[in-house]
Amino acid sequence: MARLKHGTAARTLSLLPALLFLVLLSALPLANLFALSFAEVNWTGGTQSWRWVGFENYQALASDSLFHAGILNTLLLVLVATSLQVAIGLALALMCSAVGRKSHAYRTLFLLPILIPGIIIGAIWRLMYNYQFGIINQVLGYLGLGQVDWLGSASLAMWSVIIVDVWHWTPFAFLLLLAAVESLPQDVVEAAKIDGATPYKRFRRITLPLLWPAIFVTFVFRAIIAFKVFDEVYLLTGGGPGTATEVISFTIYQRFFIQDNPGYGSAMSVTVMFVVALVVAVAMTRQRAEAQ
Amino acid sequence: MTATTPAHRRRAWRATRRAVLLNGALIAATILTLGPFLWIALASFKTQIVLLMGRVTFTPVTMNYDEVLFGRTSTFASNFVNSVIVASVSTVLVMIVGFLAGYSLIRMRWPKFVINLFLLWALLFNLVPPVTLAGAWYELFRTIHLGNDHVALILAHTTLHLPMALWLLSSFLRDVPRELEEAALIDGAGFTKLLRRVVVPVMMPGIVATAVLVFIFSWNEFPVALALTNNTSATVPVGIAKYAQENEIKYTQMAAASVLSAIPALLALIFGQRFIVKGLTAGAVK
Repeated sequence: MARLKHGTAARTLSLLPALLFLVLLSALPLANLFALSFAEVNWTGGTQSWRWVGFENYQALASDSLFHAGILNTLLLVLVATSLQVAIGLALALMCSAVGRKSHAYRTLFLLPILIPGIIIGAIWRLMYNYQFGIINQVLGYLGLGQVDWLGSASLAMWSVIIVDVWHWTPFAFLLLLAAVESLPQDVVEAAKIDGATPYKRFRRITLPLLWPAIFVTFVFRAIIAFKVFDEVYLLTGGGPGTATEVISFTIYQRFFIQDNPGYGSAMSVTVMFVVALVVAVAMTRQRAEAQ
Repeated sequence: MTATTPAHRRRAWRATRRAVLLNGALIAATILTLGPFLWIALASFKTQIVLLMGRVTFTPVTMNYDEVLFGRTSTFASNFVNSVIVASVSTVLVMIVGFLAGYSLIRMRWPKFVINLFLLWALLFNLVPPVTLAGAWYELFRTIHLGNDHVALILAHTTLHLPMALWLLSSFLRDVPRELEEAALIDGAGFTKLLRRVVVPVMMPGIVATAVLVFIFSWNEFPVALALTNNTSATVPVGIAKYAQENEIKYTQMAAASVLSAIPALLALIFGQRFIVKGLTAGAVK
């Protein structure tokens, strides 16, 4: 096959800008972050001085209760919220495709939460959850039920955050799954219908197995985004009460910027990156093994 | 008119009941999705007292918008301008750099390891929480004295969204028929002419889809903006976050500011929803 021929100059120049971004603004800062994680930074008179501390920062992680809470809460949020989003998203996608062409109006409206800034989502729900005047407590009041301290109670706060995350991101899961549902081979479903399979059986034996790869991909995509959760928590609870809604991004932010401890914050960042890369590598090899 | 037997009628009734149930469930989901937005929009037209009293009927007032937009202590207008600058410039940068790199990687016979390097970069970058990168950039920009400036945030946002754009644009580029480009080259088109006259027009929908998403993501981005801006360079999300940290929270103003910050999202939804769906699904499906 004849291949396109371009000059070497065009070839190099077209890739160069991206390469500069990769090296100067990704690799370099990350290498710096890695180096920083073995140091303690001091500022004296506008100049920065590093003192090498070896693995001290990493050792400190082991006994940092904020870090532990951050990891555990984030894992809880990722698992629960992502599962709910995929389940609800799948139900909505199946319903939309059953409605047919008219469902495009629903699809458009469902997009809105994905496009709104996360910080605004936090602001909206913070007002809705408000103990005094929030719409949720008002409705509970009309129904004659008591008011609930959604964000102030240590046992409830995490679930309130999860509700917001589900509300925010279910449309994303829905969108990905709808694309998969709409590309299902119709003849297989029709054949099963003619053979007299009940709707439940058709779902269990045909739709669901065909959709598994898409469901897996949606779950992984959503889990990756859920792991980075920061904006909503920042405005809703600020990690509190206590450490009830402390998520890992928030912990890193607090250690790095609020306490101005870049060395320790870097060590935490590097650890989180390593853990994420490890989890994804394991998930991908398992998926590949199952596919074979 | 055809005769309706009981069996016919039963089937028709079943179909109607199914349609009602399906649409009912979807309408309920729509109300749950839009409800919070409507409530916040209503709250933005209330006075603080009306909101606190929880009254259902009220006379709408525009004082919150006046205060947010023109108030002497309000920074919203400057936040908005900052956001427009940062999101626009970084989107243009991302599109130019991403398009050139995507074309180069897909069409110009780079060795395998170069392509893999960029793929790995795109993958790793999507995994890492932006807060970790915020720390890395903060240190870098502080060292080269670019801290708290538009330039720092623009460069950071460009880096942050470049991998996604590269990924999307490459997938759209693969759909451009190679024969088309070969024909243009045989006709004597140079490299820039080829891109401008053939490749870009053919993949325009993909380019718009990517640009809309990059703009929205940059507009919405919070942690990196929080780390790299100060009071004068703060973007809209950073400004909104400030409302919540004041001692006496101005809830209704926060609501008005929230409504105003959702404008780009609403515009994108009204005029570009086709592109948004294309962009959001292409990333996952391909």
